[in-house]
Amino acid sequence: MARLNLILLALLTACALGLVTSQHQARKLFAELEREQEQAKKLDVEWGQLQLEQSTWAMHARIEKIARDRLHMSVPDAKRTQVVLPAATEAER
Amino acid sequence: MNYAASPVLAPHLPLWRSRLLLVLIAGGFLVLAGRAVYLQGLNNDFLQQKGQSRYSRVLEISANRGKITDRRGEALAISTPVKSVWAIPEEVQFSSQQRAKLAALLEMPPREIDKRLNDATGFVYLKRQISPDVAERVSELRIAGLFQNREYRRYYPGGEVMAQVLGFTGADDAGQDGIELAFQSTLAGKSGSRRVIKDRLGQIVEDTESIREAQNGRDLALSLDAKLQNLAFSQLKLALDKHKARAGAIVVLDARTGEVLALANLPSYNPNNRSRLSGAQLRNRVITDTFEPGSTLKPFTVALAVDLGRITPETMIATASGSLAIGKATIHDAHHFGDMTAAQVIQRSSNVGAARIALSLPTEAMWGMFDKVGFGSAPRLGFPGEASGKLRAFKNWRPIEQATMSYGHGISVSLLQLAHAYTIFASDGELIPLSLLRVETPLPGRQVISPATAHKLRDMLELAVQPGGTAPAARVMGYRVAGKTGTAHKEENGGYAKHKYVSSFVGLAPASAPRLVIAVMLDEPSAGQYYGGAVAAPVFSAVMGGALRMLGVPPDAPLKPLELPSDGSEIKETV
Repeated sequence: MARLNLILLALLTACALGLVTSQHQARKLFAELEREQEQAKKLDVEWGQLQLEQSTWAMHARIEKIARDRLHMSVPDAKRTQVVLPAATEAER
Repeated sequence: MNYAASPVLAPHLPLWRSRLLLVLIAGGFLVLAGRAVYLQGLNNDFLQQKGQSRYSRVLEISANRGKITDRRGEALAISTPVKSVWAIPEEVQFSSQQRAKLAALLEMPPREIDKRLNDATGFVYLKRQISPDVAERVSELRIAGLFQNREYRRYYPGGEVMAQVLGFTGADDAGQDGIELAFQSTLAGKSGSRRVIKDRLGQIVEDTESIREAQNGRDLALSLDAKLQNLAFSQLKLALDKHKARAGAIVVLDARTGEVLALANLPSYNPNNRSRLSGAQLRNRVITDTFEPGSTLKPFTVALAVDLGRITPETMIATASGSLAIGKATIHDAHHFGDMTAAQVIQRSSNVGAARIALSLPTEAMWGMFDKVGFGSAPRLGFPGEASGKLRAFKNWRPIEQATMSYGHGISVSLLQLAHAYTIFASDGELIPLSLLRVETPLPGRQVISPATAHKLRDMLELAVQPGGTAPAARVMGYRVAGKTGTAHKEENGGYAKHKYVSSFVGLAPASAPRLVIAVMLDEPSAGQYYGGAVAAPVFSAVMGGALRMLGVPPDAPLKPLELPSDGSEIKETV
């Protein structure tokens, strides 16, 4: 009888310690998850800012200005345009 | 020795002493039990709450406002978090060195900081909406009494190009104008909250419950095309400068789906920096302003007469006299061409011809036509301040009013209504509902005129942009274009101002299978020219040409360079 009680006591202690460690583990993992989520949020914000930066740099007015002024490009005028239609190419041959 | 025989116990103590002890100890136990019942049972909730507040916290979860993008997914408005620096003036303590560093970081003179701190008690914003990196460096200064909180700021990469369409948000990130206001409920996020357990270091160790899920605002894909919008805006700006006009507006519609592809207004403003704004800059003239359109309304009267079978494009209209007396008033034409066919009435923009056709029609049918194409009622886009224009009930029309309405006076419309109405000529008589959002499957429209009538009108409108019409400058190389000019005196103090005009042009292309409808309006061009054919038509031509090229629409006309007639040889419409 006394031996059974001792075994049960040992089991109980082991379980109790197990509970404590697993709870500790859970909290540690949760803190890590929390940190990662925080990181995800930060990256999300950064992504938004990068999108913003991209669309600011890629503004059509800016691109047009650079193409015109720095690269000396221009839209070909009507006289220098030739339109090739898919159907018309066969007929012309 | 026997315990009971102990001499200490020998003297007989009085019985009441042991009773007293018993009562006292029992009483003590009763008090304890009562206290236990009180704490565990009656006062339990309060104590649980107190205990919880020691370790559990409710955290706000902030939600983002949705993005606004154009039809291709290019970002037009994005919210990003920024910080605001605020202080409790009584608690602020800093060295002069810290003060100088703070002033440099906040980009304000040190004296300004002192002034703000001295003028307020309890709470004062030092600077709102600074970038997160700067905020980080401010907090590294470790100044007592200085705090920061998180706010959202909305950025508009497109700047002035689409300022009036998008609108803007206030400091609390709520929409205040334009699409930001119209679609506030879609764009706005709902912030949530959750309960967590924190340890003594302040780290979150357990998530106990989610009180409210945070809901980010939904993204919004507009029907606008950023490239087209930029083209329309820059061409309008060129024309505005060239003709010294007070204001201008342009709208580009997709004739097949009813989508608004571009919508630009001038004067404009930069929504990222809204100091010193005037009302004129904020106005979205395309949607919220109405004007008397002038000759651009003639095709509707003619379309009705053709649709009712009263006339064909070849019917001769008696315009030889060049004037028409109705009651006390007389309508004049500037040029005399003799009698004209109905098609020539449109081509040469004859007021007398249009009035004669109008007077042969029942007032109710004419009102019905205007009503069906959307004049007199708001376009129901959900945009704030949509103008409905003025269309009076037909019962009170006098003949002179019916006549003037046929050429666009005594009736007012917004530019958007006008462009929308022209879609009946572009889409075989159907009026398709407009949309500011990207449309996947077009909504069914309403048949206003028969497809045959729409084709006839398209042919007539094509004549108007040929040499011999009012707007040869509207032509686009490689495409067949159809359209109509409008030049009207401005209304002022109940009458018409003598030298103030509104020049407009509405047209569609390619005429063989229309894809786009573009309407242009310039307010008070004052550099000499004021005819719609000279002021608004070139803008139409430039935008239409560029847009068709961008959309890859195959040409439907020979690619011959256009020869514009020498200045002044086109027919000026009567105003």
